[in-house]
This record gives sequence, structure tokens and C-alpha cells, in this order.
Amino acid sequence: MAVTTRTEDLGYTPNTDGVWSWITTVDHKRIGILYGVSALVFAFVGGLEALLIRTQLAGPNGTVLSADAYNQLFTMHGITMVFAVIMPVAAAFQNYMIPLQIGARDVAFPRLNAFSYWLFLFSVLLLTSSFFIGGSPDGAWTGYANLSTQVTEFVRMDYYAIGVQLLGIASIGSSANFIATIFTMRAPGMTMMRMPVFTWMSVVTSFLLILSMPVIGVGLWQMFLDRNFGTVFYEAQASGDPLLWQHLFWVFGHPEVYVLVLPAMGIVSETLPTFSRKPLFGYAFVVFSGIAIGFLGFGVWAHHMFTAGLSPVAEAGFGVVTMLIAVPTGVKIFNWIGTMWGGKLTLNTSMLFSIGFIAMFIIGGLSGVTHAVIPADTQQHDSYYVVAHFHYVLVGGAAFGFIAGVYYWLPKWTGKMLSEKLGKWHFWLMFLGFNLTFGPMHILGLDGMPRRTYRYPEGLGWEFWNGMATIGSFIIGVSMLVFIWNVINTRRKGLPAGNDPWDARTVEWMTTSPPAIHNFDRVPVVRHLDEWWHRKYGVDEEGRAVPLPDGYVEEPAFVEEAGGFHMPSPSYYPFIAAFGLVMAGAGLVFWSSGMMGFGMLAIGAAIMLWGVVGWAAEPITREVH
Amino acid sequence: MQRPVANGGGRRRRSLTRTLSVVPAAVLLAACSSTLPQSSLNPKSAEARQIDDLWILVLVLATIVFVIVEAALVFAIFRFRKRKNDDREPKQIHGNTPLEIVWSIIPAVILVAIAVPTMRTLFDLRSPAEGDVVHVNVTGHQWWWEFEYPDIVDDQGRPLTTANELHLPVGRTAELKMTSADVIHSFWVPPLAGKRDLVPGHETFIKITPDADRAGEEIPGQCAEFCWLSHADMRLLVFLQTESDFAAWAAGERQPANIPTDGLAASGFETFKAICAACHQAVVAEPDGTVTVVGTALAPDLTHFGSRSTLGARVETNTAEHLAEWIDNPSAVKPMAPELNDFETGRILGMPDYGLGDEEIAELVALLEGWN
Repeated sequence: MAVTTRTEDLGYTPNTDGVWSWITTVDHKRIGILYGVSALVFAFVGGLEALLIRTQLAGPNGTVLSADAYNQLFTMHGITMVFAVIMPVAAAFQNYMIPLQIGARDVAFPRLNAFSYWLFLFSVLLLTSSFFIGGSPDGAWTGYANLSTQVTEFVRMDYYAIGVQLLGIASIGSSANFIATIFTMRAPGMTMMRMPVFTWMSVVTSFLLILSMPVIGVGLWQMFLDRNFGTVFYEAQASGDPLLWQHLFWVFGHPEVYVLVLPAMGIVSETLPTFSRKPLFGYAFVVFSGIAIGFLGFGVWAHHMFTAGLSPVAEAGFGVVTMLIAVPTGVKIFNWIGTMWGGKLTLNTSMLFSIGFIAMFIIGGLSGVTHAVIPADTQQHDSYYVVAHFHYVLVGGAAFGFIAGVYYWLPKWTGKMLSEKLGKWHFWLMFLGFNLTFGPMHILGLDGMPRRTYRYPEGLGWEFWNGMATIGSFIIGVSMLVFIWNVINTRRKGLPAGNDPWDARTVEWMTTSPPAIHNFDRVPVVRHLDEWWHRKYGVDEEGRAVPLPDGYVEEPAFVEEAGGFHMPSPSYYPFIAAFGLVMAGAGLVFWSSGMMGFGMLAIGAAIMLWGVVGWAAEPITREVH
Repeated sequence: MQRPVANGGGRRRRSLTRTLSVVPAAVLLAACSSTLPQSSLNPKSAEARQIDDLWILVLVLATIVFVIVEAALVFAIFRFRKRKNDDREPKQIHGNTPLEIVWSIIPAVILVAIAVPTMRTLFDLRSPAEGDVVHVNVTGHQWWWEFEYPDIVDDQGRPLTTANELHLPVGRTAELKMTSADVIHSFWVPPLAGKRDLVPGHETFIKITPDADRAGEEIPGQCAEFCWLSHADMRLLVFLQTESDFAAWAAGERQPANIPTDGLAASGFETFKAICAACHQAVVAEPDGTVTVVGTALAPDLTHFGSRSTLGARVETNTAEHLAEWIDNPSAVKPMAPELNDFETGRILGMPDYGLGDEEIAELVALLEGWN
């Protein structure tokens, strides 16, 4: 273990070159980058799936894809975008930013952090390999029983049952890690109510994942057992019940929606104050409304089942709680607008995406309220109206928020600024393409078009808006190419960012860009919410911010414990343990194939055991090379 | 657009909400029912109209909220954007508790205004059907609909059974009792009712009271719960009929089909018994008048196939040409998975291509189109 006190005293140069350094890294920042880059790659896979879907639906009776191919593609589009794009993007931000935002040197369990990443990556690779081996899951990302358990001739839904199970383990691992980090490793003086909102929302999403993932975990095992061992958990003909799956899935699935969107809400709660040059309006209301959304999110799952024939009393209850969620959501939106009100807005790309987030989330939130109107929902459910709704929440909402976060924090990650010119092209193309794609889907759904249909006949009046949606989807595709070009171009042409390019408010902007391996030479002592801003600015008698006369105030820094601080050593055991676990999972996927499945399970389990034992027995004083 | 009003009392309130909803509604209701036959925005039954009224109310309220909030956002963007030569920092306002409490309460009040009519309509729609009810048992199959009228029986006591085309008399409430034979499906005919799932092992219900002035209309619908390969092609058609037309249709359906004695159809019947009867059934009258059932009920009942206007669950119009194409290669018309058929469990996932010659196909077409 490296023991040191200052950068100059690290005593070694951390090896950051080559593939091996990435495989063995336990640095939260590098793991964050791995999550981010992986998610971006999978975003293109998921985007390609979406464009194929839209090409098929551009006109009536499309023949580009067969029904079988279409069913695999829309299923994988959902799984990819939820589990391989939005969740890891959130994990990328959380990994990189949480320790920096709370003034910590790393996460609480760095090797668990690496394990979670590799488990995520291998699980997604396992799911993606289904395109080439055996066929991809084709029972929708919701995997409704008993369709998902009936057709046992294919391994397709085994990929789903095992792949999502493994991803759940990865999520629980990183969530436990974030909670431990945030609860125990905050800089001195950083009380919970002085934490940046992004970190607060990460606390909420981590608890949501830890509480909800085990529920779908049970459901997925039952699905796997039904498929491979003839159990009948979901078979109505044999005393099981297909509705059981829907309950289990949505007890996970609805909190999952907030897992996807709360981090984005956290991000815009950082960008809006910075670019308005005002504190977040009603910090406590924003934080507690996020917690309230998390709590209520566990009490609304059956609003996904308003057509399943539950009793009207149950439906009424779930409808009311669903409506209640609109209250804390509305509070957040009003507080964001309140933050901008009276500010001095800098309309750069990050701010445009943040404002775009609010504008689109208003639409997604309102269409969500219409789902709570149960009789009306029986028309909207499983139609393109729902497709429109959740894309407004997850793309117009979550994705816009995350992109705002990339434009905001990438200078911190790389030390270089993204191009504002390309950024504005990106924003306006995406804003236009997004609304052109998903706006018309509201109308299509109300006009009777069900989702998950590989073709539609002529004469139902759906041709025009489907054509528009397809055009819009390609505009989104172009905007994402602009985005990628911007990011790549930054490497060569990006202007130096400095430590604090936005004159921002929170402590991550006190350190270098990119931060050193130990994040802060001296851990800041926190006296305020928005500590960094308070070190730079005071207020005059009118309440306006005024720069402090001597530049910023160097507060007395926290004195480290005797002997300096400890940075964790690199380790390849998390990689091995994750690889073994996923290989064992692949053995289960191919269980029905006999010896091959059993062999993979056995070898995978042995590799995992090697990884776990090596991990546990690894000497903590390993030399760092 | 024609909008029959169920009762005079609701007219004024409804016209008020309609007036308020002109802007959003203009976008959504732009086309009338002839160009959007499957739209939920052109309700043609009492139940669908109840839902639509509720939807319009929510749409109006949501639009008002949308306009106000987005306007505030846009105003803030333009009013508070940083201008050149203005280096004064803004006031550092951290919040305003009374204001925040107020804007927490306002949405709650609006939600109560939505919740009350929502609950009223919900319980109303879910109450048991009253009056002279038309009972229909609906069974979902991959990928077709089985309709059984338990109260309309033939001379042997068999209930009227048909597939994919539902006939309902206007002005009376029909109660559909629904379940599934395989996986979950969802019955959705948007102009007539919100959707309701067909869940294996469960019974679900839906009420439809078609408007009295809609007789003669044919209303399309389709399955709304993903049920694998041909989910998109699991469609149906509802025929709204006057009482007398409905009675005449039912009377015709109660008759057995004839066993043809000569011509193409006679040979077709031999093929039917040899091949089709493995899954399909028909109620036929022997020449001596005895009525028997030929075949099994794993696939749509074909007794009156010729009287249907569509085939393959509304994938094609029912013409001799389309039927010949269907028999020749069913999966080319509509993707299915007959290779997974399991006669032991009765799990049927589609009609195989039996490799019939053109002549045999022509004979079958003659038989089936003759059974009207």
C-alpha cells in the first residue's frame, strides 16, 4: 500500500499506461471513465437498434425486418438503453464525481468498485453476444411471463434471466459502495445538508437499487427455473400465476425509472445554479422531494398493470399514489425555474441541455399524470403514447441531464474544454430530432397504435406521424455523431480548462483538472453548502454576490491523520472474479445444451473462486509499480 | 365530427371543456373517424366516451399547467440571460419557504380535481353490466381471437362460436368475459373501450355499449400485449349491428355448414377432414340431416368462414385469392411458428405449410368460401 501525504511525496508514479493499468485500476476516476466509455459504445449499439426499428416502421407493412428480427431488436434496444447505457452513464458520473464532491480520496471499497464495473461489462457482453449465439432475448425488456417462460426451445430469454441478474449484482455492489462512501468519507464539516444535490440523489438511487434489485432477482430466478427445470411459478395451468412476474418486475421496474432519472435531476441541480450564478432555490425542498420520489416510487408499481384486471380498489390506491408523485416532481421543476429566476444565465451548451431537460421533463411528467387517470390509462397503456411518455422522461429527461453533465464536467475529467460551437449544433439537432421522433408518438398511441408491433397496416392513419418519427430518429443519430466528434476533437483542439472554468460552487472545482490520483492535496474543510463559492464570494448589503477582496480564502485545511493517507493498490482479482461469475452465468444460459453449459458453469465458478480467494488473500502492502 | 351525447345533463359541462380544449384537441382530433378508424379519440360507445371525457378534462388541465410552466421557463431564459456590460452579480436568494409550500399545494389541489372524476369513472366502468346484456366469452390465442356467445345456442345446444370478428348489437351493453389459452393478450378496440388483458388462469371483464347510431360500422382493433411473433398481426374487427341485423347474423351462424356433395368443394371437404381437422373444426350437416362436429377446436372455427370479411385475424381481406395464398404458405402471410406445435399439450403456434398442390388448394378455397 502506498503511504504518502502530498503529490510530490507519492513516492511512485502511478502506472496509467496500457491496457493492464486499466484492467487493474481501482481508481474511482478511471473506473468512472471506463463506465462512461462503455456506455457510449453501447449507446451506439442501442441507437443502431433504434434506427433499424424506425426504418422498419417508416411506412406501413415494412419489410426491412422480419417479425423475429424486430422482436429481438426492440427487446435488446430496451435492455441496452436501460442497463447498458443510462445506468452505467449514471454510474460513470457517480464514480467520478461523488468522491470529488464530498472531498474524499476514493470510494469506500475500491476493489468492489472495479468488480462492479467488470461484472457490468461482461454481463452486457454476454447479453450482446446473443446476437451471434442462439438469438437475442425477444420477450420485451419487461420479460412478461408466461410468454418469457413458455418458449423453452431457445436460449434467448435465458440470456435475459441471467444477464439482468448479473447486472443486478453489479448494481447492488456499486450502490452499497456509494452509500458507504457518502455516509463515512465526507470531508470534515460536510454535513449531509451541505452535500451537493447530485451526491444526494445518488444516495437515493443507491438505496432504490439495493431495495429493488433483489425483488427482480427473485423473479428472474423463477423465470430461469420455469424455463429450465419445469417449475411452474408463472404457469396458470399448473397453479402458478403469470401476474406474479408483473408484480415482481414492476416493484423493481418503477423504482428503476427513478434510478435512471434522479441522477440527471441531481446534475441539473448542479449546472443550473452554476450557470445562473445563484444558489439552488430551496435546496432542502429539492433534496427532500428527491427522497419523497424515492419513497413513493415503491408504492406505484401496479400502475403498470391497470389493464391486467386488478380490483378497482387496488387500482384506485395505486392511481392516487401515482398522482402524489407529481407533487415532489413539480416541486423540483418549480425550484429549478426559481433558481434561474433573477439570475444571470450563461446559455452555454451545458445550460441549454439543462434547460432542455426541464422543458422536456415537464412534458414527460404531465403525460405521466395522465397515466394515473386509470380509465384513460386503459387507452394509453401499451400504446405508442406510453412509448412517447417514457422517452420524454428517459431521453428528454435523463439523457439530456447526463449530456448537460458531460459538457459541465468533462473539463474536470480531461482538463480541456469541449467546443461550444459543436455543442450548440449537438443541442439544437438533438432537441429538434427528439421532439420530432417522440412528440408524434403521443398522437399515434391515442390513435390506436400499440407498441411492440413489427408492422402496421395501411388505412389506420398512422403513416404520416410514423414517417416523421423516423426522420426525427435519424436527426438524433446525426446529433450524437456531432457529440462524439466534439468529444474526440477535444483531445486535440480543446482549450485548457483550468481548475474552475465555470466559476462554479462545489468543492470538486477546487482541485486540478484532471484531478491527481488522490483527488485533493489537502482535503477541504467544509463550512457551507456550495463551499467553493463561499470561499470566492461574499454578499453585499443588497444580497448580491461580491468577489472577496483577496481572491479566495484559504481555509485551514484538514490535517490528515498521522502517517499520511492510503491510496489503494491496483488489483487484477476483481477482473478475474467478475469474469468467472459471468462465465458461470453463461453456463446457466446454455444449461439446456447439456455438458457445455455445465462445463462453463464449473469452470466459471472455479475462476470466480480463484478471483475471490486471491482478492481476499492479496497482501495489503503490495508494491505499486 | 359526429359526437352523440349520451344524456342532456352532461352536454353543457362537456361543451365547456370542449371549448377549453380547442388548442390541444385541434392537434389530436384533427382527423375524423373515417381516416382514424382505430383511434381512442373517436369514441363510439358509452364506455369509450366516458374515458374520452375524462381524458379531455385531464388534457385541458395538463395543457394549462404546461403553458404556464413552460412560459415561466421561457420567460426566465430571455429575461435573465446574462447581457453584455452587465457585470453585476445576482442576488443570492436561497429559497422562499412560503412560496415553496404554495407551489407544493397547488399541484396537489389540481390532482384532487383529477382524482375525483377518475375514481368515479373507474368504479362506474368496472361495475357489473346491467339490463339486457349480450354475453360474450373471449379467449385469446397466439395469434387469434375466439368469440363464444354462451346465450346463443344452436339446436344441439352448442354456443355460437366464431373467430376474429365480433358482432355486437348497438344500444345494448355487451359484457366480455375474457381469458387466454396460452400467453397474455390484451383486447383493445380503442373506439369502443379501453384495453383489458386476457390472462391465463384469470377471468377479466370489459363492458361495451355501442352507440345506437353506429349500426353498420366496422371497427378495427388489435392485441395490445406483446404475445410474440405475430403480435402485430393479432387483429380483430367489430361489427356494430342493429338488433335485427344481429339476430339475422346469429341465426345464420347457428346453422350448420353443408357437406358439399359434388364439385371442387366436395374434394375440398375430404382434404379438410384429412388435414385441416387436426386443428380446425366445423359444425356440418350430413345429407340425412344429422349435425356433427368435424375436427378439433385448437384453431379458429371454420363453420361460417365464408361469411367473414377478413382472414388470419384481419391480416387480409377474405377473398379466394388471399385464402389460396394463406393455405399455400401461411407463415408468408403472417409470421407463425408451427414447428413448435405440440398436439399433446394442445399448444398451437401457427398453421404449417402442408405443401398442398394448386388443385387441392383450389378445392379447399371452394369449400371454405362456400361455407357462409
